[in-house]
Amino acid sequence: MGFPEEVLEHVFSFITSHTDRNVVSLVCKSWYEIERWCRRRIFVGNCYAVSPAMMIRRFPEVRSVELKGKPHFADFNLVPDGWGGYFYPWICEMARAYPWLEEIKLKRMVVTDDNLELISKSFKNFKVLVLSSCEGFSTHGLAAIAANCRNLRELDLRESEVEDLSGHWLSHFPDSCTSLQSLNMSCLSSEVSFSALQRLIARSPNLKTLRLNRAVPLEKLSTLLRRAPQLVELGTGAYSAEIRPDVYANLTEAFSRCKEVKGLSGFWDVLPSYLPAIYSVCSRLTSLNLSYATIQSPDVTKIITQCPNLQSLSVLDYIEDTGLNALSLSCKDLRELRVFPSDPFVANANVSLTEQGLVAVSEGCSKLQSVLYFCRQMSNSALTTIAKNRPNLTCFRLCILEPRAPDYLTFEPLDVGFGAIVEHCKQLQRLSLSGLLTDRVFEYIGKWAKKLEMLSIAFAGDSDLGLHHVLSGCDSLRKLEIRDCPFGDKALLANVSKLETMRSLWMSSCSVSLGACKRLSQKMPRLNVEVIDEQGDLDSRPDNCHVEKLYIYRTVAGPRFDMPSFIRTMDQNPTYRS
Amino acid sequence: MGPQGLESTELRLGLPGSDDGGGGERSVKKRVFSGGGWEADVCGGGKKRNMDLVVGWPPVCLHRKNKKSICNVRNLYVKVSLDGAPILRKVDLSCFKGYWELGMGLEELFDCYGIGEAMKEENKSCEYIAIYEDKDADWMLVGDVPWLMFTETCKRLRIKRRSYADGIGLHADEKD
Repeated sequence: MGFPEEVLEHVFSFITSHTDRNVVSLVCKSWYEIERWCRRRIFVGNCYAVSPAMMIRRFPEVRSVELKGKPHFADFNLVPDGWGGYFYPWICEMARAYPWLEEIKLKRMVVTDDNLELISKSFKNFKVLVLSSCEGFSTHGLAAIAANCRNLRELDLRESEVEDLSGHWLSHFPDSCTSLQSLNMSCLSSEVSFSALQRLIARSPNLKTLRLNRAVPLEKLSTLLRRAPQLVELGTGAYSAEIRPDVYANLTEAFSRCKEVKGLSGFWDVLPSYLPAIYSVCSRLTSLNLSYATIQSPDVTKIITQCPNLQSLSVLDYIEDTGLNALSLSCKDLRELRVFPSDPFVANANVSLTEQGLVAVSEGCSKLQSVLYFCRQMSNSALTTIAKNRPNLTCFRLCILEPRAPDYLTFEPLDVGFGAIVEHCKQLQRLSLSGLLTDRVFEYIGKWAKKLEMLSIAFAGDSDLGLHHVLSGCDSLRKLEIRDCPFGDKALLANVSKLETMRSLWMSSCSVSLGACKRLSQKMPRLNVEVIDEQGDLDSRPDNCHVEKLYIYRTVAGPRFDMPSFIRTMDQNPTYRS
Repeated sequence: MGPQGLESTELRLGLPGSDDGGGGERSVKKRVFSGGGWEADVCGGGKKRNMDLVVGWPPVCLHRKNKKSICNVRNLYVKVSLDGAPILRKVDLSCFKGYWELGMGLEELFDCYGIGEAMKEENKSCEYIAIYEDKDADWMLVGDVPWLMFTETCKRLRIKRRSYADGIGLHADEKD
């Protein structure tokens, strides 16, 4: 390839997807060199797959780093405290090596106030901080970010666990800071100074996304909206107040001025009488998150029937089948539906949401691609109907609340239904199973789900054959997470090389023996086979005992050493270590 | 831990002493659930089953489950007035699991002995009667509707002397 470097670099600058860049770097040695010097964005899907030093050595001019830490099942309390995912080693090295770093995006990592302070002081041009489902820091750390990042554009704390000492951190944004475009503080509980918030919004002409926390009272929302008519995404605070005509009028008028709003969220503690205030923006809405709004079906329906351009809806099961039916008739552009359970721990809820709601949406919404649905009953015929209606599904996550619940009509397993899903939805990338399932469903998955990248399994299957079908058949599989299934050593040991083609495998409350973990680790030096067992005494356990939890991931960084005592990496054959 | 050990992680629902029937076959009527026991809500709400016994199931994010999320924050404080008492009180209806407990709570607040019983049955031996104002601003007799429905519609409570009720024919039966 005789092009000068600058030309190639210019061409590469149009190639932004991580996978494409990786492919480019493999063409030849000179392309590898050029590419690594001009790579600006890095995504590390498992922070233990590579070390910070390796990343920095290969990519010296990075401006944006995205890291993910804990396994997904950490969201459901299955990963014990102290597991790991510390941002500390990364920020230490990056502070030194990347003075021009602009963006840090972290998911499920442990971040401390010191880390945040280090960020705020190390990068002169720091612009974007996204902490998604992170923990370990307090509002003091946020104060440091606010105070020191002169060009901060985005601060997004979505769903992080923050030690909320006070709302005072917001007041640390200096008067000179006018660069804010996006602020998501919805996970915080403390009240911030309203006047500080108001002034911050007023001096941020480019503010497009504002997600308030619950403590911002509804009576004051109109004041904020009036100062930010350019908002595109708004998350309200608590959506209730004393019923006062002036508050209602102000709110309605303020919303009517928000001509750019396309997305709404928030809506804690909704008082339905105040809902009509948002009607004026409904026709432009593409995204609506009512999943914290405890409003009944008629109120939800009144809103969504006014949103013909809706593409993404998150809602509680209070919407019921009638509301979903209305959705299927009104929102023909719907791409994503997420229905959450209002009372997940009750066997019989007083909520009339069944499989019929989802069937209706699958019939009426031809662009539907992504589904997350919690319900209490399902049938093979409904699943088959959904599959045939919507072969364009890319994400199908179904959670029937009762583990191992059969088809409620025929009392058979739901193998055939999920089989239809994978057979018809050829682009399916993500699948979560539930209900009564035998090894047969995994046979279908192994046979049909060739594009499947992430699979979540719980309380399913009969034997190792089930797991074997998945590992041997799913060509695109990257992440597999399994809990409470009778899968053991055989399938794992028969598919060892498959595990190196995946990012990670999580298995908890299954039947994998300690001995198999050791054998696996010895066969595959580039895998970390980590056994998590809080009962202690791993050293004295016999090889045939079952491990509680197992996390296997590929890595070029070798075993990690930041684990608590109840997590062990199975020993590898030292001669294979490079 | 062999295959037997797995059974201890299986979820089963059954009344104490019922036989699961064993084996791999799951028969028609058996729904498997945690065996941790379930209590019916005596005032007519649904059966509650303690699903908390299974860690991490259903897979609802901690963010939705914790104290900030949906179920817990409903503010059910209502004013309670007693005939003749100049100072009103406030009670949090969400603290009570049913009419009986509400009655006990009111008895403690106001020394109106017997009101708990009166709510359960139209027990004439109680000097007092409890009425409430509902969402439509109508005054209703406490105890007619299921407890949960009551908590959602009750705006305020009043405890009146029985002579009030006699005068306006609140009693359905004709015993006196």
